[in-house]
Amino acid sequence: MTLSVPLEPMPPTADWRDRLPTEGDRYAYGFLDEGAKREIRRKLLKAVAIPGCQVAFGSREMPIARGWGTGGLQLTLALIGPQDVLKVIDQGADDSVNAVNIKRFVKRVTDAALTTDTAAATLIQTRHRIPEEPLRPHQVLVFQVPIPEPLRLVEPSERTTRRMHAEADYSRMWLYLYEDIVKFKAITVGARYPVMVNRRHLMDPSPIPRWDVPKLNRGEALLLFCAGREKRIYAVPPHTRVEPLAFEDFAFRVEAFDDRRCERCGATTTFLDEVVDDKTGRRVYSCSDTAFCDKIRRRGDRETPSPEEKRG
Amino acid sequence: MKPVLQVCHLTKRYGPGCPACLDLTGAVRGVNQCPRCRSVLACREVSFDLYPNEVLGIVGESGSGKSTVVRLLHFDFEPTGGRFHLNLNGNPIPGGELQIDPAQNLFALSAFHRRRIRNERMGIVYQNARMGLRLKVSAGGNIAERLLMAGWRHVGKMQRRAANLLAQTEVPVARMNEPPRNFSGGMQQRVQIAKALATRPALLLLDEVTTGLDVSVQARVLDLIRSLQQELGVATIVVSHDLGVIRLLTSRTLVMRFGTIVESGLSDQILEDPQHPYTQLLVNSAL
Repeated sequence: MTLSVPLEPMPPTADWRDRLPTEGDRYAYGFLDEGAKREIRRKLLKAVAIPGCQVAFGSREMPIARGWGTGGLQLTLALIGPQDVLKVIDQGADDSVNAVNIKRFVKRVTDAALTTDTAAATLIQTRHRIPEEPLRPHQVLVFQVPIPEPLRLVEPSERTTRRMHAEADYSRMWLYLYEDIVKFKAITVGARYPVMVNRRHLMDPSPIPRWDVPKLNRGEALLLFCAGREKRIYAVPPHTRVEPLAFEDFAFRVEAFDDRRCERCGATTTFLDEVVDDKTGRRVYSCSDTAFCDKIRRRGDRETPSPEEKRG
Repeated sequence: MKPVLQVCHLTKRYGPGCPACLDLTGAVRGVNQCPRCRSVLACREVSFDLYPNEVLGIVGESGSGKSTVVRLLHFDFEPTGGRFHLNLNGNPIPGGELQIDPAQNLFALSAFHRRRIRNERMGIVYQNARMGLRLKVSAGGNIAERLLMAGWRHVGKMQRRAANLLAQTEVPVARMNEPPRNFSGGMQQRVQIAKALATRPALLLLDEVTTGLDVSVQARVLDLIRSLQQELGVATIVVSHDLGVIRLLTSRTLVMRFGTIVESGLSDQILEDPQHPYTQLLVNSAL
């Protein structure tokens, strides 16, 4: 059976075109509708009230694919206001495709000010890094989280992991680390190192390197985490105790870079990325946090101009 | 002497239940399913005490509710009704901070508190090592899990404790880092015993420990349990359908049928001079 309803296209008159919303006001401020924003804010209040506890929320469809930062983006859009200054980083870099796209999108739907300077930003959305520059009070750091459940590693069932969180039964995670030590004489967890928040909830800090884990502890800024695909929000309010799981005789250790230094700015106290030079095949290192690297370079230039700039 | 453990009117019902359930089931009626509401009463109105350093046996045919009683005491699942008191004041654990009020009905506590009590003060050995052990985690790790649950956070100390326990239970310490799925049934059972004893429990529950082991291994495991029990003086409940195990290990015995205790008394008395017809049948049918 076929439907034979005559589809008459609307006549493309000038009058009809005028009624189309213009680019600027086609969406609500911040893309999400007011109900969605209100829900996310309400869930954020609960998440902040119980540090490290995962709060379920109705994750909306976003104009980017799930797994590309939809969680972080929803928090950013629910929180951003006209006076906010936004910074978006992807593994430390301000200029990677993902970061740039998210920035452009937020700019388009909110007209918020953008920056790459960590100190100037009020709202920072990040994927897998915490900026090197210490965060200050009233700054908000939004993490994009792929897997919010730290116990997923040891327990596939969501029902069971929820019971384990409710009863603070984290022995399986500890056992995983113990077995790691028995097998390899060291804890081999790289990114996504499980942390204990406020001595109560085990939390997945999103895949930040171990280097960034100590920065979670008793920080000045509000840290918010959101997984869009898994529909979970959790938070670490300022000055909250965040401790990585570690044994008395196997302390938590951050990545060691030995004597390596950043090729661009010469920093020795930052998280470094390894870059292989295509021409020479030489391995060089540079700061993962590009904005911080640039800042050091500019500061260094003012004191001792680099040879390149002298020539220029 | 005050009992370590008191169980009053412990009941576990599967099904909706009706007011006539208790009257229409039990050993007298010869059925454990209520004919009116079709609920199954796995155990009904079971009450007993356990004294310090005592080994209590629970014997009965399969389906009589003996394992249910032990699993309920281990908080493996929720009872329908009943009270459970632990009085461990005479037996404080060194450095332990967990205090249990003897007047507190433990079934009324939250799951979090029950878990703590279970982790720190109880040990259980199941018939099947698969239930009590993580077969893919090393034997040492299995014991460490109990210690981690009780708050240990020193890898070296945990490894030493695990090695001691495995030596005590006659598992080769050299194979400590192997997963128990590589072990024989008797060895798995000994690892389970080591795991159950890891936190120096005040209450040890043995659920058909030797069933499924061959006779010579059975004898060695029973010997081990007896010597460890005497050494540690831990109050123990032994569940078995095997009268030989009951005779060897226990001083007092409960006989269960259709979820009720039909006879209780000293083990010798029950085995030599059974009073209840079912117990007589049980003793007479032993090989």
